[in-house]
Amino acid sequence: MKRILGKLGFAISVLLLISPAIMIFLWMLSLSLKNELDNTAYPPVFIPSPPTLGNYAEVFARNDFLLYAWNSVVVSFSATGIALLLGVPAGYGIAKMRATRLAGLILIARITPGLSYLIPLFLMFQWLGLTGTLVPIVITHLVITLPIVVWVMISFFEGLPGELEEAALVDGATIWQAFRHVAMPLARPGITVACILSFIFSWNNFIFAVVLAGRETRTLPVAVNNMLTFEQISWGPLSAAALLVTAPVLILTLLAQKQIVAGLTAGGVKGA
Amino acid sequence: MSSASAIAAAAATIERRRRNYARTYLWFVVPAAVAVLGTILFPWAFTFFISAFDWHLGSPREFVGFANYAKLFTDERFGLALLRTLYYTSLAVVFPLGLGLAAALIFNQKFPLRGLARTIFILPMMATPVAVALVWTMMFHPQLGVLNWLLQEIGIPPSMWVYHADSVIPTLVLVEVWHWTPLVMLLLLGGLAALPIDPYEAAKIDGATPFQTFRYITLPLLAPYLVVALIIRTIDALKAFDTIYVITGGGPGSASETINIYLYLQAFAFYNMGYASAVVVVFFALILTLAALLMWTREKVRP
Repeated sequence: MKRILGKLGFAISVLLLISPAIMIFLWMLSLSLKNELDNTAYPPVFIPSPPTLGNYAEVFARNDFLLYAWNSVVVSFSATGIALLLGVPAGYGIAKMRATRLAGLILIARITPGLSYLIPLFLMFQWLGLTGTLVPIVITHLVITLPIVVWVMISFFEGLPGELEEAALVDGATIWQAFRHVAMPLARPGITVACILSFIFSWNNFIFAVVLAGRETRTLPVAVNNMLTFEQISWGPLSAAALLVTAPVLILTLLAQKQIVAGLTAGGVKGA
Repeated sequence: MSSASAIAAAAATIERRRRNYARTYLWFVVPAAVAVLGTILFPWAFTFFISAFDWHLGSPREFVGFANYAKLFTDERFGLALLRTLYYTSLAVVFPLGLGLAAALIFNQKFPLRGLARTIFILPMMATPVAVALVWTMMFHPQLGVLNWLLQEIGIPPSMWVYHADSVIPTLVLVEVWHWTPLVMLLLLGGLAALPIDPYEAAKIDGATPFQTFRYITLPLLAPYLVVALIIRTIDALKAFDTIYVITGGGPGSASETINIYLYLQAFAFYNMGYASAVVVVFFALILTLAALLMWTREKVRP
């Protein structure tokens, strides 16, 4: 009897733990599938009947939503790609040299609030005449993606046994070849983790684009926030847009949760 | 040639080669280092430079030395923003740590569908903060929001949530707790997985109660991981911007104007670049000091 009660209590606490997450996302979905009348009804209507896709249609019909989605895709992919190109070799070099001080420098990038980069970079992009393009947004997103990639890669390369590369070096390979053809294929899981994490955090980022983006260069988080600020608030389309913005990362998380957990634990625990 | 000198020569060759390697490995780091210099170190130096000027964007700048810093000391709005930031941070550290620890202990048990439950639990951490903030905003609506309906259903008087000066910061912390408790849970779960088994077996033989086991074995062994979580949480809470900006923009009045919001307004609403840069420098110094203090604590608790 006591064991059954214990099990029941345990099941209830698991439910309590996951219910805040479930409830917010379900409520978001519910708001996005109801008409305006039901969304502002009191007491609230929980289950859309009948559900309508009208809100989604409205989102796509106005607001240049597709343009902003494209901007977000370009920014996140470029920032992730460049960070991988620069960060994977850097992680390798730092791991090989055991350069803890260099690693510490990257840690400080994790500590610094995003806003504190923005004043000088904002002024610089103005002088360079780059405002109104996506370039400043991609460059500032490197501030987020590069430390993630370097940090995850350091811990992955440190975990690899060095014997295979040493064997390659003895056989006459250059250091670059040893990295490119031995270490990098072995570290592919690490690269996947770094890639997923930096994509997600670039996609979610708001602060850089809200300052640097012009009308044509908004990313999705900024565009969605503008819907709240500048238009008559209608909850249905707003929720539909919010859900569309966050859906890619939620799906990615569901598909790659193992890698994400591994990366965050490695990066986090070693990261401080 | 004697064998000893041959060995010495070989050793020297190996040593030389190793040093050459070290130099070559440096080239792996150079491109990233240049990017870090350009996007991270240069802004720091430049911010410090700008902070010595009185400079509204669009008008000529004037060198004022440390006058901007002197002004900070008498700026009541800055002082209040600082206090609010500390209030927000302390709440946004304590609750995620407590809840994260409880969650980690639960997810450390084996139970059916554990993987699925864990995935659902970490979803808030990955969700786009702005998108979720919009949904919270709708839920906080005093008349039409679902939260006040829920409160009334269980017999609690409705709250003004983010629409009242007294409740706005705790409400914003609620959103932060929802977002970031999963990260604390993951860090501590990693710690729990790395704990040795022997002390637990000894405790079992000695007939310790589950609470005693937790209090005298798990908690001390987990302490280093708790400190890491504490450091990360403190830094992230100090940095909080997105949800506050989206949900309240610092309001009502300036009741939720933290340093980050104040900084944003000074720089990108009033274009007061010199003064805003001084705020950045002081804020960053504060964060670094806190982080260093916490790291020092971490060295202390390390077994």
